[in-house]
Amino acid sequence: MPPAQLMDEAEVRRAVTRIAHEIIERNKGAEALVLVGVAARGDDLARRLAAEIGRIEGRSVPVGALDITFYRDDIGIRAEAPEVHETRIDFDINGRTVVLVDDVLFTGRTIRSALDALVDFGRPTAIQLAVLVDRGHRELPIRADFVGKNVPTRKDEDVRVTLRETDGEDAVLVEDPADRPATEQAGANEMERA
Amino acid sequence: MNGHLLSIHDVSAEDIVRILDTAESFREVGTRVIKKVPALRGRTVVNLFYENSTRTRISFELAAKRLSADVINFSTSGSSVSKGESLKDTALTLQAMGADAIVIRHSSSGAPLTLTRWVKGSVLNAGDGTHEHPTQALLDLYTMRDRLGRLEGLRVAIVGDVLHSRVGRSLSFALVKMGAEVTLVGPPTLIPPDAPAWGVRVSHDIDAVIPRLDVCYVLRVQRERQRQQYFPSVREYARLFGLSSERAAMLPDGALVMHPGPMNRGVEIDSDVADLPRAVIEEQVTNGIAVRMSLLYLLLGGAGTQTGEATGAEPAVVRMPEEVTSGA
Repeated sequence: MPPAQLMDEAEVRRAVTRIAHEIIERNKGAEALVLVGVAARGDDLARRLAAEIGRIEGRSVPVGALDITFYRDDIGIRAEAPEVHETRIDFDINGRTVVLVDDVLFTGRTIRSALDALVDFGRPTAIQLAVLVDRGHRELPIRADFVGKNVPTRKDEDVRVTLRETDGEDAVLVEDPADRPATEQAGANEMERA
Repeated sequence: MNGHLLSIHDVSAEDIVRILDTAESFREVGTRVIKKVPALRGRTVVNLFYENSTRTRISFELAAKRLSADVINFSTSGSSVSKGESLKDTALTLQAMGADAIVIRHSSSGAPLTLTRWVKGSVLNAGDGTHEHPTQALLDLYTMRDRLGRLEGLRVAIVGDVLHSRVGRSLSFALVKMGAEVTLVGPPTLIPPDAPAWGVRVSHDIDAVIPRLDVCYVLRVQRERQRQQYFPSVREYARLFGLSSERAAMLPDGALVMHPGPMNRGVEIDSDVADLPRAVIEEQVTNGIAVRMSLLYLLLGGAGTQTGEATGAEPAVVRMPEEVTSGA
């Protein structure tokens, strides 16, 4: 069975626009706001949200990227040291409201790591969480403040977000792991579990 | 990567790119207010230094601490080694204490390799005799790539006492592996006889080489490792091979001056040259921490299965020119 599409390009665009409005509404503007995307797809989403918020509010919002590799809780469980991405937060987060942005919210472990990483950069007034897809199956007490789409899934399914910036097109796909070639499977599962 | 870093021959060109790319992220960590990440929490790193070293030991210590590993510094003076304990017994003791990695510096070439027979953890060579100093070579590569944007095709001269220099050897191997064009420059007595087999050129005329370089890498004159007279006098060496202000002025625009430290100002490098903007000697030190973090992370960040068991097997013989093999 080919992967089922949960969101197409237009739906992703509408979700990003709606979340941008919700962020502004919740924070009564964009004044003390900064966005930090979790690498790799979260930072693409964060840039889109920042552009959208900038368009609506007429002020530019700082955007950063956060790699959570060094803060993972499975060091020593995984066979190899996980690959590292770039972290780039070249603004002060002290006294700001940080909106963390990620593509898929699953176990919550990535966000737990991201919170640890973020507080090493300073003491924000508040941290909020925006995700494109919430697929459930939390293993930690974490919830998102802004959600593009809630998607009920089985725990063993793979949810994949592709974005124009890295993958060429916008889509959210769900796939039964039994349906994909074994070689691809290992890598994708690893990513999901992050 | 396998479980140890004993020599540049242990890593492929692909590994080197991965090490340098990962170091990029760790350099960013070094610019934060809190320069520490929990990546190696709960791991233990032992610095086992049989030779004096300030910068390498401190660099490894900082690297391990910034990864949240526990660090034990074991130097030979004031320890059981000064009471006559053998390398093997010291290694077994550290092993029994649960060291996940041992960073070793030793005056005997091949000591780190020998250590791998007795310990389960990763062994990192921080300089062994006149054999290799792979982490120094990797931090030098990082600095070159960072400043010049590439390694392939770079024209690098390594000037001075290559014969006794583990830095010169490791750096030559690493640069050749990455496709750089390496020329060893020095008096015939200080150029290893097997140098042509490394894939490098040899020159005895520094003035002929300097005008077309991307990097002039100056080695320290290591009087302490020389057991006979290799050149008539320090003054003559400085005149013929020292990087003087006049020579530095002949370097192309953008070319770098590098030195592994500690410098003998006025011998292999003029004091003024060491302070030029093109001299990136302090950057090498800063980058050294990031590169060593990268190595510790890549070696210890996995489950540890890849480090395997102590084999107990006879290690492969490290072939060295007979004359320079340290008997210490």
